[in-house]
Amino acid sequence: MTESSRDWPLYEIFIRARAGLDHKHVGSLHATDARMAIEHARDLYTRRQEGVSIWAVRSSDIVASDPADADALFEPARDKVYRHPTFYEIPDEVKTL
Amino acid sequence: MTSHCRYVLRLADTSLILAQRLGEWVGHAPAIEEDLGLANISLDLLGQARMLLTYAGELEGRGRSEDDLAYLREESQFLNATLVEQPNGDFGQTIVRQFLIDAWQLELHEWLQESKDPRLAEIAAKAVKETRYHLRYSAGWLIRLGDGTEESHARAQVALERLWPFTGELFAADDVDHEIAQAGIGPAPEALLPGWSARVGAVLTDSRLVEPPVTPFGWHGKQGRHSEHLGHLLAEMQSLHRAHPGATW
Amino acid sequence: MYTQGLDSLGKDCLRDEAQDIGGLEQRFQSRIDAEEKIEPKDWMPEAYRRTLIRQISQHAHSEIVGMLPEGNWITRAPSLLRKCILIAKVQDEGGHGAYLYSATETLGVSRDELIGQLLEGKAKYSSIFNYPTPTWADIGTIGWLVDGAAIMNQIPLCRCSYGPYARAMVRVCKEESFHQRQGYEIMLRLSRGTPAQKEMAQQALNRWWWPSLMMFGPSDAESKHSAQSMRWKIKRFSNDELRQKFVDFTVPQAEFLGLAVPDPALSWDEAAQHYRFGAIDWNEFEQVLKGHGPCNRERLEARRRAHDEGRWVRDAAIAHASKQAARQGSRAA
Repeated sequence: MTESSRDWPLYEIFIRARAGLDHKHVGSLHATDARMAIEHARDLYTRRQEGVSIWAVRSSDIVASDPADADALFEPARDKVYRHPTFYEIPDEVKTL
Repeated sequence: MTSHCRYVLRLADTSLILAQRLGEWVGHAPAIEEDLGLANISLDLLGQARMLLTYAGELEGRGRSEDDLAYLREESQFLNATLVEQPNGDFGQTIVRQFLIDAWQLELHEWLQESKDPRLAEIAAKAVKETRYHLRYSAGWLIRLGDGTEESHARAQVALERLWPFTGELFAADDVDHEIAQAGIGPAPEALLPGWSARVGAVLTDSRLVEPPVTPFGWHGKQGRHSEHLGHLLAEMQSLHRAHPGATW
Repeated sequence: MYTQGLDSLGKDCLRDEAQDIGGLEQRFQSRIDAEEKIEPKDWMPEAYRRTLIRQISQHAHSEIVGMLPEGNWITRAPSLLRKCILIAKVQDEGGHGAYLYSATETLGVSRDELIGQLLEGKAKYSSIFNYPTPTWADIGTIGWLVDGAAIMNQIPLCRCSYGPYARAMVRVCKEESFHQRQGYEIMLRLSRGTPAQKEMAQQALNRWWWPSLMMFGPSDAESKHSAQSMRWKIKRFSNDELRQKFVDFTVPQAEFLGLAVPDPALSWDEAAQHYRFGAIDWNEFEQVLKGHGPCNRERLEARRRAHDEGRWVRDAAIAHASKQAARQGSRAA
């Protein structure tokens, strides 16, 4: 009764909700080819006009950073606050900066 | 009833009965994704049917609503193409039926966008986008089944041969069609045939399926003479509504 | 630095467990306590992973099986608008099942495995879907009570500790409120309709009231998973708390409909500002969970049939994809 070896491959789906926005990861689904993945994504994730563009990527093609490396990857950015505009105090009289 | 009204009812009933058939699949499709896909087509077709039934009721001028027309007409008063009342069968038969109608509806809706009847043109402008997606879905699946496994190929071929005889009716003109074509309201049915044949032929080639020979068709659903299947379908569809005359839901 | 694929575990998960487990568990619990979300590749206790797989997949199975009692009335819906609404609702439920299977798959199990467990009768799903829908009013009642109870459970889950589950729940909750409203609207029309319609509505309420209360599960003292699930922020309120809230919300809704809740012991406690209600027959609940409810067999048989009869279709899609890949491969060569 079970057919574990013939499961349809998994795809991750990214949707751009409106022109001007980024594609956002919304979840995954099963499909056998790219065309089917797009159609399934359309039927699963855009029933309520939530999308103008769909990206479907085979889950096995996604390369992810390792959470254990979060410190090395992301911590160094934390103390470089001078990258943020709010770090700088500009007198109120100067309007357009 | 005028030819104009009859014509609109033919379009409405074809969408309605096909939507009803697709509704039977919900919860029983080969994968969750296909439950959603078939339900999506059903909803689109129901939407088309409702707009067309409402319009037919207005043309008729007897105050009948979309529900009056859907639930209180007798079998012989339904004017759908006989193809759509055929049973779902297996998923292959459902896909073949869907594909043959989608290819026809695409020709039809593209033509109707230029109809002299502005209401039909408006309905068609919306419907044509839906039909393009339906055709993409059904053609995609027909190719997967025809060019899939030996079993899927065999089932698709059987379904094609079973349903092909019902396609003739789509392109045969009667007096109503002549009047409608003369008035520029709808296409001459045979005018839709070349586009349909080309598209169907191309997909059948990609599906590795053999186009069945033309059979002299003997079906007249659009004149209210149906196969045995419509009676059962309507009995189920109309039973609750008819059991409570005058009630609102 | 980088790991391939979302399906493989992060480095932390491969460390020698005997050495580090205490520290890992402590760090994990602090993250939970700080309301941080756990994501798929993070280290997590095996029991946390197993609990989530069980809970999320049960939820997914419930959505899929739940399509059947309502799907039962699609072909007979009494108006075209109601037919559209019902198809859209059942379609949503299939979609919810899909989102939830996806969320479960992030924990390292395949959807096929999960479905196999369901069809073999090894997995549970919500007891409520083992009851029949003999009338149209049952459709209204399911939307009003069953979806109402589901919403009560699901809103807190939007803040559950496991990221993919929480996000799936946000999406589900957005869609669920239409489900409850359409059900209540059906009940409004029926209760203001003909005597036959009103009677149909009352009969449906009589049938669905107690099973809906049972949806929240037994009192937490009886439930073996509750305490740990609360600590891990998978569960945020007790079964009894949610059940009480449901009764307090729903009784006035029934009164507005002019329908009687089938509980002679129901009464308003002014001091506590809650409704007091009668004893639940947990024996019925146990029997239904064991598979002896009115529709358990039918529901599973319907799902097995769909799965078995659809196998050739799923296989065809895979075969076609392989053929296409081979053709492209030989073209590129």
